[in-house]
Amino acid sequence: MIRFEKRLNPSRTTTILTPFIAVLLTMIAGGTMFAALGKDPVEAIRIIFWDPLFDPNFSDYSRPQLLVKAGPLILIAIGLSVGFRAGIWNIGAEGQYIMGAIFGAATALAVYPAESPLIFPAMVVAGALGGWLWAMIPAILRTKFKTNEILVSLMLVYVAESILASVAQGVLKNPDGYGFPGSRNLQQYPSAFNEEVFANSGMHWGVITAFIAVIFTYIMMTRHIRGFEVRLMGEAPKAAQFAGVSTTRLVVFCLGFAGAMAGLAGMFEVSGPSGQITIDFNTGYGFTAIIVAFLGRLHPIGILLAGLLMALTYIGGELAQLMLGLPGASIQLFQGMLLLFLLATDIFTNYRLRLGGAH
Amino acid sequence: MNLLGIDPVLLIASLMVSATPILLAAIGEAVVEKSGVLNLGVEGMMIVGAVVGFITAVNTENPLLGFLTAAIAGALLSTIFATLVLYFKSNQVATGLGLTLVGLGVSALLGKPYEGIKSPTIKSFEIPMLSDIPVLGPMLFSHDLMVYISILIVALVWYTLKYTRFGLILRAVGENHDAAHALGYKVIRIRFMAIMFGGACAGLGGAYISLARVPQWTEGMTAGAGWIALAIVVFASWKPWRTLVGAYLFGGITVLQLNLQAAGVAIPVEYLSMSPFLITIAVLVIISARGNQGAPASLGRLFHASN
Repeated sequence: MIRFEKRLNPSRTTTILTPFIAVLLTMIAGGTMFAALGKDPVEAIRIIFWDPLFDPNFSDYSRPQLLVKAGPLILIAIGLSVGFRAGIWNIGAEGQYIMGAIFGAATALAVYPAESPLIFPAMVVAGALGGWLWAMIPAILRTKFKTNEILVSLMLVYVAESILASVAQGVLKNPDGYGFPGSRNLQQYPSAFNEEVFANSGMHWGVITAFIAVIFTYIMMTRHIRGFEVRLMGEAPKAAQFAGVSTTRLVVFCLGFAGAMAGLAGMFEVSGPSGQITIDFNTGYGFTAIIVAFLGRLHPIGILLAGLLMALTYIGGELAQLMLGLPGASIQLFQGMLLLFLLATDIFTNYRLRLGGAH
Repeated sequence: MNLLGIDPVLLIASLMVSATPILLAAIGEAVVEKSGVLNLGVEGMMIVGAVVGFITAVNTENPLLGFLTAAIAGALLSTIFATLVLYFKSNQVATGLGLTLVGLGVSALLGKPYEGIKSPTIKSFEIPMLSDIPVLGPMLFSHDLMVYISILIVALVWYTLKYTRFGLILRAVGENHDAAHALGYKVIRIRFMAIMFGGACAGLGGAYISLARVPQWTEGMTAGAGWIALAIVVFASWKPWRTLVGAYLFGGITVLQLNLQAAGVAIPVEYLSMSPFLITIAVLVIISARGNQGAPASLGRLFHASN
């Protein structure tokens, strides 16, 4: 008989190993799916994971894109990971991302066409504030009324999408846009444009902020009392209570931090790669970031790597759509499978496999 | 603006139709949560049910067969969640989310060739005698079969949970899995069955959207219904009949909101379409401020039998 026996301490080796096993399993399952769709599985996997980086025809375009896509994913996932560690489930990052983008863009559009070096920093602050405010709704409802933050944060995604649709056709609509919905293009507004720091590198200010967030969070989680409180709350909530950790403060901090990060990501996206507020400028980064956070083991360095990998599946997925006519939804499925495989292999971190009956 | 154009008889009748998908998903999830498991994959199971039901109905021209396969598809998808959560002891929140993501992906993939086709709809089933009553007849007794089946499922769940041995065991497992295990009940097996029931109900609910409410397939067409169903379970304090009340209340808001849009009320469409979500949040706050009465004590907690 096979059974699982609880480990006294989580295994470090398996913690690091499981993401790789999960990626491998996803490749196998994904390959099977591609074969079922009538495509060559080996070729499909190669196009998704190898060609964007190493094929001379595509790499010039794809390598910068890797950073463009990884930036927001890492930024949002870093924010989420802190809350997840404390057992606070903010799954509405997509909404916070949208609100950050709206706040950031609105700041720029309010002063258009004035030029000033202060505009971009003001947008950064506004973006973080927008995400933070949106996350404060579930935070306050949870701390004041014990309302489940999972459902509230998720519901607010739909509300944010409605607001986005409203502003894209209303207050933020481009007055010179010949009636088309969508705001002015911030890429053509020098003071507000989130330009690449190095030309053709994909490295815009959002990517740099993501790297800073990784380092900041790493230090906070390992060296600062707040990081310790977060981990204590997640691993031993009762002990945290006895130690005098304030749940209220922690909930507000975790949700606020995640919201601010997601808001920043939205603001950098709308002022850079996307350029304008449109009804559907958001592409689900807020949800994919949840996968990134788990794939990165809720650890800053892990999230950095996981964000790059997930960005690769986006770019490779687009390439596979182009080259093989693979449906776009298959990549979404691929990413979802990755999360499930990861959760499945996770058991070996806390349990070991035993053959034979009970001792 | 023409508010007088809103016919109350039609309003109630369409309220029942628009509430049915949420009701089906919510009653299924209520059973899952009663057994102590939180499945956040409702949205994913619904949309897979919607697409599978639609494909079957289009190909066989038999909508009832569509509902049947949708229920099977929902149940099958839920076994992934059940296996991960119960045997691999994975985190319930993350696994449920993963299931939703996978469900959205699968449904988009399967449904691509079927976009823009109209499905055969189920005929309305006029209950003899009752449907002839003026006003009440067309309002309550002239719906399609699934509306009545959904109410029947609620009644069955209520009866099973309250008056049968199996219901008692299921509740015991949800309240205190360690005690239930010590008494010799198969915690894992019971939860597995509950999760599959929840999956089947969510599948039915999804199929009701693609076969009755909208009669066509569009990507992501469940549009948050699964999440509202989750909120309704909380609203209902895990009580079967209250899920009916909750679902009909929200069905009412949705229909009213659509009617107001059609009547050309001066409120922008976007604000009307976010109203069901805002009201859901408001209701959640009111319910939780009173304290979550009736939440199963083991809800969301990990079960590991040490021997």
